[in-house]
Amino acid sequence: MASMRDIKRRKSSIQSTQQITNAMKLVSTVKLQKARSRAEQTNPYFNYMYKTVASMLARSQNIDHKYLKEPETNKKGVVVITSNRGLAGGYNSNIVKLVADGKLKKEDLEIYAVGNKGAEAFQRRGYSVKESVPDLIESPSYDEAAGLCSRVLEAYENGEIGEIYLVYTHFKNTVSQVPTMIKLLPVDVSEIEVDEGDSEIRMNYEPNEIEALDMIIPKYVTSLLYGALVEAVASENGARMTAMDSATSNAEDIISDLSLKYNRARQSSITQELTEIIAGANAVEQ
Amino acid sequence: MADNIFKVEIITPDRVFYTGQADFIELTTVKGEMGVYKNHIPLTAPIVPCKVSIYEGEEERVAAVHSGFVEILQDKVTVLAEVAEWPGEIDINRAQAARERAEERLKDHANEIDVKRAEYALRKALTRIDVSDYKE
Repeated sequence: MASMRDIKRRKSSIQSTQQITNAMKLVSTVKLQKARSRAEQTNPYFNYMYKTVASMLARSQNIDHKYLKEPETNKKGVVVITSNRGLAGGYNSNIVKLVADGKLKKEDLEIYAVGNKGAEAFQRRGYSVKESVPDLIESPSYDEAAGLCSRVLEAYENGEIGEIYLVYTHFKNTVSQVPTMIKLLPVDVSEIEVDEGDSEIRMNYEPNEIEALDMIIPKYVTSLLYGALVEAVASENGARMTAMDSATSNAEDIISDLSLKYNRARQSSITQELTEIIAGANAVEQ
Repeated sequence: MADNIFKVEIITPDRVFYTGQADFIELTTVKGEMGVYKNHIPLTAPIVPCKVSIYEGEEERVAAVHSGFVEILQDKVTVLAEVAEWPGEIDINRAQAARERAEERLKDHANEIDVKRAEYALRKALTRIDVSDYKE
């Protein structure tokens, strides 16, 4: 059996780890609340944008436009949103797995990594990481999202990449976050759902439909990207909160186990001492 | 009067900037300035940085709106803007500085893309300066 001192040392080390995990849990709880309310504020813009673009595209099914045509190259740009820091359970590895195990071929991909963890993981696996923007995830701003977006769109327009995907963690609720991959461009017209009522209105476009699409689709893509960023921040903190919560309760289990062992060791050492004293006293009497 | 009222929403990525009612609104699209009453034909148009005036009865509200588009339906006008500010939220010193910067760039116009960018920045700055004169 381990000595009392060893057990005690181990216990205090676990106790201090528990303090850290508990503090991290509290911090991410607060951050989660902030990120969550922010995600909720972003939603109306995003929803409206989606609705507008959807009804625009539904009405112009056969339009020949650079953002709607079939890709000419196999290259695909993938914007991957991960965190800069670890200790968030499977948050980052789930995202990386989704890309690596997906149907996309490794040679075809150009990775635009938001967040250090993703950039590192893809570099290690030998993917071509075209750009890494770790700052974007710290405090996502619309301007910065637009910056990244315009660089990705430029590559698309130059024909360097034929499709654009976005991979991020969808924030379902506090305990459940789902890694998600969506195709940004070319817009899949067949997948878009439109309310029946909407399509009856004959919408006019200024200056004309194509120019309006030219201008609105980049905004649509940017708003998707920004929405994903904000949601990913909420997901990251949710994942970290859950991970740290279970780490704290695991530490609790180990501590109670060690306390039991410690008390047992103490008891047996007292018993042994008593036996020795009694034996010694008996020897003196005789 | 009550028949002329339609819904107005201004939405930005960070918040729902304004929701309310109006009987007349003024804004500037890429084609130029326009005013919207109720029962306007359905129209979607990109907007340029401009002053948006929302009239409700005697009341007038003014906001600076930069880059986005407007969707006009018969009983509803929605502005999706990347940035929108009330007069009180505008940093006038920053706008002045931006204006000077843009004007300087326009003077020694190097190439076309820079001119476009500077013109856009100038528009934004002028809109801000214009709007910040209004009191809420």
